[in-house]
Amino acid sequence: MKALTWQGKHDVRYDEIDDPEILNPRDAIIRVTSTAICGSDLHLYDGYIPGMKPGDVLGHEFMGEVVETGSASTLQKGQRVVVPFHIACGNCYHCGKADYSGCENGNPADKQDASREAYGQPMTAAFGYSHLTGGYSGGQAEYVRVPFSDFGPIVIPDDSIEDDKVLFLSDILPTGWMAAENSEIEPGDTVAVWGCGPVGLFAVQSAFLMGAERVIAIDHFPHRLELARSFGAETINFEQTQVYDALQEMTGGIGPDASIDCVGLEAHGAFADNVIDQIKASTFLGTDRAHGIRQVILATRKGGRVSMPAVYGGFVDKFPLGALMQKGLTLRTGQTHVHRYLRPLYTAIAEGKIDSTFLISHRMTLEDGPEGYRKFHSEQDTHTKIVLKPGSQPARAAA
Amino acid sequence: MSHSSSEAIERDDAPITAHTDIHPDRSLLAESVTINRPAAELYDFWRDPANLVQVMENVTSIEQIDARRSLWTVKAPAGNEVSWESVITEEVPGREIYWQSAEGSEIQNSGRIEFRDAGARGTVVRAVIAYAPPGGKVGQFIAKLFQREPRIQARRDLHRFKQLMEAGEIATSARTSAQREERDEDQYATMNREQPA
Repeated sequence: MKALTWQGKHDVRYDEIDDPEILNPRDAIIRVTSTAICGSDLHLYDGYIPGMKPGDVLGHEFMGEVVETGSASTLQKGQRVVVPFHIACGNCYHCGKADYSGCENGNPADKQDASREAYGQPMTAAFGYSHLTGGYSGGQAEYVRVPFSDFGPIVIPDDSIEDDKVLFLSDILPTGWMAAENSEIEPGDTVAVWGCGPVGLFAVQSAFLMGAERVIAIDHFPHRLELARSFGAETINFEQTQVYDALQEMTGGIGPDASIDCVGLEAHGAFADNVIDQIKASTFLGTDRAHGIRQVILATRKGGRVSMPAVYGGFVDKFPLGALMQKGLTLRTGQTHVHRYLRPLYTAIAEGKIDSTFLISHRMTLEDGPEGYRKFHSEQDTHTKIVLKPGSQPARAAA
Repeated sequence: MSHSSSEAIERDDAPITAHTDIHPDRSLLAESVTINRPAAELYDFWRDPANLVQVMENVTSIEQIDARRSLWTVKAPAGNEVSWESVITEEVPGREIYWQSAEGSEIQNSGRIEFRDAGARGTVVRAVIAYAPPGGKVGQFIAKLFQREPRIQARRDLHRFKQLMEAGEIATSARTSAQREERDEDQYATMNREQPA
């Protein structure tokens, strides 16, 4: 089959590799019909995430058709499914608490040591990501082996709902939703959202749905700010405006009640601390550029909530721990428990309450994937979301 | 309050295997895992040596000799294998198994595995293993195998056990059966820490 493979920093290739096989009873093989490039794929592309190996198949946002099932799979051939990016078993202590991104049973035992050493407990397995999360082949491919297929994937019964409407159930839609949920919005609240990438934009929408009175969206890409404004958000362009000053003025000197960091470890902008972080990251003195979360903590009102869906991998310097304590902030974060939100969000999509297709700026063939990575990386203003359609490849001769 | 400062505690309440004077790679180690299944079921699985080969990556075979004795064979470097006889010295059905290598074994080890009811969380399974480093040239080979991060080996075995008992299968991230066959244990463990010093 064909797949997009990671070969090194800024090196993604369209390769011929072996087809996946059923290896465990609960497996299914999915023929991928749609798969997206995620902002967190760019962290891999930029070489920020440890534990990648040349040849790894990328992609953790995908959906498709069931073509093969293991003896314990409950899926049926021909069913359309969206697959959550985490590989959760549904049987363990963490799954029992619906903390699906805490499940350890998908991450092979010999892959758990590195993240256990780095974080204290092993990470949950995910598709198409680092070997810290198992090193599973991902969904930017024609076919994928999906473990725990009786538990993870959601079947899309209605063929009239096209892929583009449900694809984002795999990651970013639940991630934006959980980000807003974690900010514990109360009626009348003003919520500030840093970063208007896909997760930020979904967080803006979710915050309004959860009762926020005002949402203030912060970015520097005019097109992304325009999208946020179209959902009713007020906007701040940090290239024109002092973000902290603006937020204090816009909230009567109190600060936002809740703040959501949708930026993460590759914060943009020529701020002094960012430049220092960048130098440190490139000389291995520190791993994460963290201007975003620093500004979030300083801006948020006393007693406010900080939600951090953004990805961080390692250590951060100059973390304003004093401000966090002195202002009594609550910080909530974590990888998304996608499985929790699949059904309610699917229902909202089916009922027309959520339409996430506005996000898709480009549709490409799988073959154009490497070009997609380049564009998504270098032209972020216009390339809000790229969806690859492996099914649109010319059919292989005598496959 | 009857508490007085003169009653300073001699020893804290932590397990002895976590004390600072124990070197976990040399003499005594303990690993625990919580498994969301009843203790009796886990005990029964563990008590049948034929089952253990599935979860123990380095063990190639376990042959039952009689109710208490079994012959363990593990992979050794350069395609070799090493065997020893293991004897169950004591057991509390559903709760605990104690074992010891038979006298004169090339690999001297002993230990116990306990299955403690943990209510809604299932069962806490804790393995405590003690062993003496083998001597001689062959011994050095075995030492390399057996002592290279033995705690990590034990932890991985317990996690495979957890996966099999909870999820019904042992996770593999291979894409094809050929990849699964080829794949050696990932030794990424303690080498290659990506974090800066």
